[in-house]
Amino acid sequence: METKEFTIKWGMAIDLDKCTGCGACMVACQAENNLAPVVDASNKIKVMNWITVYELSNGKPYPEHDVAYLPRPCQQCGHPPCVSVCPVIATDKNEEGGIVSQVTPRCIGCRYCMAACPYHARYFNWSDPVWPGGLEKALTPDVSVRPRGVVEKCTFCHHRWMAAKDKAIVEGRDPMDLPEGEYVTSCTEACPNGAITFGDLNNEEHEVAKLASSKYAHRLLERLGADTQVYYISRREWVLRQLDNYLEDEKVKG
Amino acid sequence: MEKNYSLPADHDLFPEGTSRCSLTKFSIWMGLVGAVALWGLYAAFRVLAEGLAVTALDDYFGFGLWITFDLAVIALGAGAFFTGLLRYILNIDPLKNIINLTVIIGFICYSGAMLILVLDVGQPIRAWFGYWHANVHSMLTEVIFCITCYLIVLIIEYIPLILEQKQLNRIPVLHHLAHNLHVWMPLFAGIGAFLSTFHQGSLGGMYGVLFGRPYVLRDGFFIWPWTFFLFVISAVGSGPVFTVLIATIMEKMTGKKLVSWEIKSLMGKIAGAMLCVYLIFKFADTYAWAVDVLPRSGLTFDQNFYQTIYGKWLLWSELFVCGVVPCIILLTPKLRNTPALFYAAALLDCIGITINRYVFTVQALAMPVMPFDTWETYAPNWAEWGASALVVAYGAIILSLSYRYLPVFPQERALNATKSS
Repeated sequence: METKEFTIKWGMAIDLDKCTGCGACMVACQAENNLAPVVDASNKIKVMNWITVYELSNGKPYPEHDVAYLPRPCQQCGHPPCVSVCPVIATDKNEEGGIVSQVTPRCIGCRYCMAACPYHARYFNWSDPVWPGGLEKALTPDVSVRPRGVVEKCTFCHHRWMAAKDKAIVEGRDPMDLPEGEYVTSCTEACPNGAITFGDLNNEEHEVAKLASSKYAHRLLERLGADTQVYYISRREWVLRQLDNYLEDEKVKG
Repeated sequence: MEKNYSLPADHDLFPEGTSRCSLTKFSIWMGLVGAVALWGLYAAFRVLAEGLAVTALDDYFGFGLWITFDLAVIALGAGAFFTGLLRYILNIDPLKNIINLTVIIGFICYSGAMLILVLDVGQPIRAWFGYWHANVHSMLTEVIFCITCYLIVLIIEYIPLILEQKQLNRIPVLHHLAHNLHVWMPLFAGIGAFLSTFHQGSLGGMYGVLFGRPYVLRDGFFIWPWTFFLFVISAVGSGPVFTVLIATIMEKMTGKKLVSWEIKSLMGKIAGAMLCVYLIFKFADTYAWAVDVLPRSGLTFDQNFYQTIYGKWLLWSELFVCGVVPCIILLTPKLRNTPALFYAAALLDCIGITINRYVFTVQALAMPVMPFDTWETYAPNWAEWGASALVVAYGAIILSLSYRYLPVFPQERALNATKSS
């Protein structure tokens, strides 16, 4: 399988042993990326959250019972299942930084990419966005709002990268050599426990690159070969085992 | 000029030498079908006006009843291209007696599928992006192009039949146009067979390439996943008998013989042979999936099934009850020539292919791939059923009008003359 490589590869390391499942990342993401409030949120698989926190359980009774929380943004796959299937090139993996783009004005809303993504990272705008009580005045100006009928997903707050690059250019610095922390996603910023680390996976000086090479770092559904750019860290064997499908006699890799 | 008041008011429009029910009776029938169509139009209006939020689709089931319906009617409509191929390219002459019906059914199935797609895409106004911003790596792009082109071919194949309407055919220019189109028909049949083979295959390929969904992943040959070939063969293994079933329903409704038993039996034999080839590949495919794709993905066979709604009974029904059983009936002359068994086999065959399209569309999405995720279930709501009913009603209207006014069945006169004598 062919994986596209870039000089800069933005990635994330999420420490599942630090995540408490508070949902601050989800709230920050919604506000930052102009996700409209859902009128009826009773059907949880019809609600848009670019990053969703899943609850994992070891399935054992008390006192061995244990839980973990797993925030799931778009995994920004190196070999994305969604890109090749899109009939209109509304999503692509073709820009420095390795972020899988989503061009909503191009999207026809066929939802084939959603069927292709095993992470459920893609969401459809089932209705027109409605901003109650003047909420539209609080929208993030750098993020376009999307109409109904198109698919959208986490972009690693791509607009923040654009802003960071602009700032570097204005200050006469190299926009392709941003210091660590100059560009981070809103979920990274919002996490109260510092469970999310964001940076360039190709830059050995970045903390995320070090975390990604740890023996406790695993990727979600790694054996499918999507070569994702989000790493999950846990020191608990049962948590790591739930990051991929294993047959009974198989051991967790790593 | 004296009028014969015992004949229907529109009898001058009927095909030569045939009789039809009264215009009143026909109008009542059309009114009933029209009522269903109106309900469907209301559903379609709501979907277009308010968006897909009115459906039961969600972020897990981006595909549901409509895509299943589309895939099923496109497979069952394959009688058109395959019969055309056998009739015009391989010169199996007796098939001329059913070719018109296969073309009409093909036209209904493909145009109906397009109608559903208009509702199913979130941004129908951008539908043309599929041609303009085409991604050549996507199987769906190939489907979009081939289905559009093939629908044009079906229209070209349908036009001469319309021009052969008794009154229209009296106009010299239309008569000659129909004649010339007939002369060129082998060319269109060939183009149709080529286009249809590719999009039937690409519809299967759409699923087979989904490496994030082990339930449907089939690596395949070069760029074509195994489902590419399976979808083509299963379509030709069911399309011909679907045409026969429609012809038989029309016979029951009109009280007339429209297609001789020999032709029906021949269509059954053709479908049975193709179904047999399909089943050989399907069993091999299922085995390879169970012992290669699944273990490679870290999954067991049992993990692909869930309770009754997505249970193993669907797979066993598809393979045995709706696969092996109809195949044996259709390929054994004695069984095939027993009408009750023949029609049961035809029906089972069509149901089996529909189950196949359903599980590839819906069960594939219901199954959790992330180990901590859960199975989800999907049931279509009124808006999805309504829009699907609209297509069925649309098909009934086209077929009813075609039967009443066009010379669809070349054997009709002879078969019914024999019957009355």
